[in-house]
Amino acid sequence: MAEAAAAAVRAGRRVRHVCSGTRRCFSRAGGGAGLLAAERGREPESRASSFCPPAHSCNDWIGPPDSQSNLRPIVFHIPKNESPLGRRLREFRQETQVWNQQFWASQNVSFRKGKEEFIYSRLKAKGLEMKGETGQKVTLSAEEMADFYKDFLSKNFKKHMCYNREWYKRNFTITFLMGQVAFERAWRRLGWKKTKVGN
Amino acid sequence: MPCKFMHCCGVVNKRWITFQHLNFLKRMYVTQYNKDLSQQAKPKSDPVAPPFLEKKHLGQEKTVIREIRPVSPLHPPSSETLNRNEFKAVNSAAVVEDLATAVGAESKEEKQWKEMKLQLDDLPGILARLSKIKLTALVVSTASAGFAMAPVPFDLTCFLLTSIGTGLASCAANSINQFFEVPFDSNMNRTKNRPLVRGQISPLLAVSFAASCAVPGIALLTLGVNPLTGALGAFNIFLYTCCYTPMKRMSIINTWVGAVVGAIPPIMGWTAATGSLDAGALLLGGILYSWQFPHFNALSWGLREDYSRGGYCMMSVTHPAMCRRVALRHCLALIGLSTVAPILDVTTWNFPLISLPINLYISYLGFRFYRDADRSSSRKLFFCSLWHLPMLLLLMLTCKKSLLEKEDKSELFS
Repeated sequence: MAEAAAAAVRAGRRVRHVCSGTRRCFSRAGGGAGLLAAERGREPESRASSFCPPAHSCNDWIGPPDSQSNLRPIVFHIPKNESPLGRRLREFRQETQVWNQQFWASQNVSFRKGKEEFIYSRLKAKGLEMKGETGQKVTLSAEEMADFYKDFLSKNFKKHMCYNREWYKRNFTITFLMGQVAFERAWRRLGWKKTKVGN
Repeated sequence: MPCKFMHCCGVVNKRWITFQHLNFLKRMYVTQYNKDLSQQAKPKSDPVAPPFLEKKHLGQEKTVIREIRPVSPLHPPSSETLNRNEFKAVNSAAVVEDLATAVGAESKEEKQWKEMKLQLDDLPGILARLSKIKLTALVVSTASAGFAMAPVPFDLTCFLLTSIGTGLASCAANSINQFFEVPFDSNMNRTKNRPLVRGQISPLLAVSFAASCAVPGIALLTLGVNPLTGALGAFNIFLYTCCYTPMKRMSIINTWVGAVVGAIPPIMGWTAATGSLDAGALLLGGILYSWQFPHFNALSWGLREDYSRGGYCMMSVTHPAMCRRVALRHCLALIGLSTVAPILDVTTWNFPLISLPINLYISYLGFRFYRDADRSSSRKLFFCSLWHLPMLLLLMLTCKKSLLEKEDKSELFS
């Protein structure tokens, strides 16, 4: 196992973390992201799928910012006595996470690509190379980049409008569901206390 | 690793260094392996960096050296077997090192995963960052300035109630703003360490906190001060959370809306003291309104890339020339408004005179920003705006028209 792991690292692939059977089930948002990644032709593992929270933990776990989307993935905890409402909330949060990841990853990738192309075309127009004499990448000043920023913002305006509407809806729904679940849990606890007192 | 060898400066024999090297790696591997299995272990230092720097580990090494010494003379190996042994040792050391690196990289990433459990000790700090406590303090101080400038005898109770109420309203507005902007904040360098982005607090708790600040805050202002101030406070929360925040992503008009949001607190301070919306209140509001433009436009100049990528509609990105023109225009407006102050009996005629140097200075920096349009002039203008406002308000307070003069005047006319 040691040799295989070392070989995998040398090949530059992420070492798949094998979760032992003793660890409690945590749901991962890797499914949707995996599909998208397959579309883009990259490795299907999302960072969320390679992390296993410890068995005794009853909370969600949040990870470092994703390299593409800058969003932090969450691994959701499935409680033993999860109600249908709690399940609905968890699944909706997972779906929102995947949807957010998709949007921001593609947004940031297209921004980076557009920026590179813009710099290349501008430097070409000036008659300069991408890499200077010292081998360092030549960049344009913020003032020269301003045209690109303006252009990018206006091109993506409609996309952002749709995203904003959807994000506000989802954010409100998630928070409302969280409130309902918290209320439900408190009600249940009150109900148990009453039966204890009754006994 | 190289430093480790320097510590074995007393040891000359290569055999001892190799054996020790292996032992050390074994120790490192075992420690990491243990960390992998143990669930709550929080390693102090990076496992790849040699822990020998800590005194106790040095002690461990020394004991190892001492242990090796008696062993090696008993088995003096030939040069050939020595080379073979060394080669084997180096090879297995390399494999162990690779695995150690892999395990190290993974455990490093695992370390970055945090349990989303609310720590009560951290809660005050988290809530302070959620409510943007420094900005809130600035808002409360502008409201206090408005209260102090009002031409009525100073009432301490009313002053405290106004300050607390305004502070609570500001906390609520800032929390809701952060609640709305989580994915956008994640993508901007300036805001990526906010509590909701880092998962230190749940959205439900953030909204509950906002509600538990807004309700008492507005109630305090409405019942403890006067309904006009309460209404202005509630309107300001609405303007900031429901107009300015969504508008940031729709149109550049958001900057003007934001300027109104900044202008309302001093007006609230004035109405808290006098109970009515006088010309003096509007003048103070006007000064804060004009100040927002050089402050914000200069700040936004350096954030154009983040705004463009995040989808924020700001003048600095879409209409750069207008951005600089508006900043300069409002710097000059500050001079005009300072001159109007004595006309409205808010201050004496000393005020336009003594405030002229700082107003001229910020106008000069505004002009430089307008002309040069570069990062250094925008930064200079922004940092100037940070001290210009408190200074201006302070000068205003020192030049406040005394009440006695006013009372004499009103007696004359009645």
